[in-house]
Amino acid sequence: MTARIGVVTFPGSLDDRDAQRAIRLAGATPVPLWHGEHDLQGVDAVVLPGGFSYGDYLRCGAIAAQAPIMHEIVDAANRGLPVLGICNGFQILVEAHLLPGGLIRNEAGAFVCRDQRLRVENATTDWTHGFTAGDEITIPLKNGEGGFIADAATLDRLEGEGLVAFRYLDVNPNGSMNDIAGLTNPAGNVVGLMPHPEHATEPGFGPDTRDAMRSGVDGLTFFRSVIERTLAAV
Amino acid sequence: MPVIVVEVMPKPELLDPAGKAVAGTLAKRGDAEFTAVRIGKRFELTVDEVTDAVLAQAQKLADDLLSNAVIEDVVRIYVASSAESAVA
Repeated sequence: MTARIGVVTFPGSLDDRDAQRAIRLAGATPVPLWHGEHDLQGVDAVVLPGGFSYGDYLRCGAIAAQAPIMHEIVDAANRGLPVLGICNGFQILVEAHLLPGGLIRNEAGAFVCRDQRLRVENATTDWTHGFTAGDEITIPLKNGEGGFIADAATLDRLEGEGLVAFRYLDVNPNGSMNDIAGLTNPAGNVVGLMPHPEHATEPGFGPDTRDAMRSGVDGLTFFRSVIERTLAAV
Repeated sequence: MPVIVVEVMPKPELLDPAGKAVAGTLAKRGDAEFTAVRIGKRFELTVDEVTDAVLAQAQKLADDLLSNAVIEDVVRIYVASSAESAVA
């Protein structure tokens, strides 16, 4: 059997099809989910994809976090369903209070698009256990509002409890506090990050690496990790 | 129709890149007397009638949805004067 991984499409989602493709390349079956429904269709995991849901009105991710399907996703996430939020999906997770802190406009005031090096800080989550802590990976990043912020007490807790999943290397592209690129919840089933692992899943279409142009496939490990964990749980 | 106004500002300790960009433009124009700019949001909520319950609900909405306490403060909630809300 193969794992079934849902990808939610909101009005303004951009990378839902890319996420579905990445799931297929990793060996699972992508299941399109619609924001206006209440049915998770029995999926084994959910991806909230990148984009500009509701045109980033109000705050990035704020209106999508109120979508009908988010009630089911929040409930299921609290019961352990693996959920990955990518870019706008990360913003949605923060606005839905599944992850702490907030994401604000990039410090430099400009949209940034680059092949971003990251360090994997937590390799125990449902989405990262295929890595080893300390691994350095390259994942495309493209955002205008990716500056992670939190108050001092929250930052201390995130650092103290090992909830920082990824950190920016070489360059901090958006002014994120502590170079934070992604977070996990304490249970390790909810992970959010600004860079786009679904764009680093197929040779010829990924980020540049030291070996060859566009050869980066570090993003596959995210999806393979959750597939392995999902199938192990059956 | 009465209008309840909710004003939200980015937290003072946080960088406001949009405000900073406007401040930079003012400096370039020579309007040097304005040394800083911060940009916030104003919501106008039209209601049939202003009651204590409606005001309480507006306060709740302001805190739960219209602002994100991690990055923003609700600085003011008030009922607009009739002149102010004439367009509504």
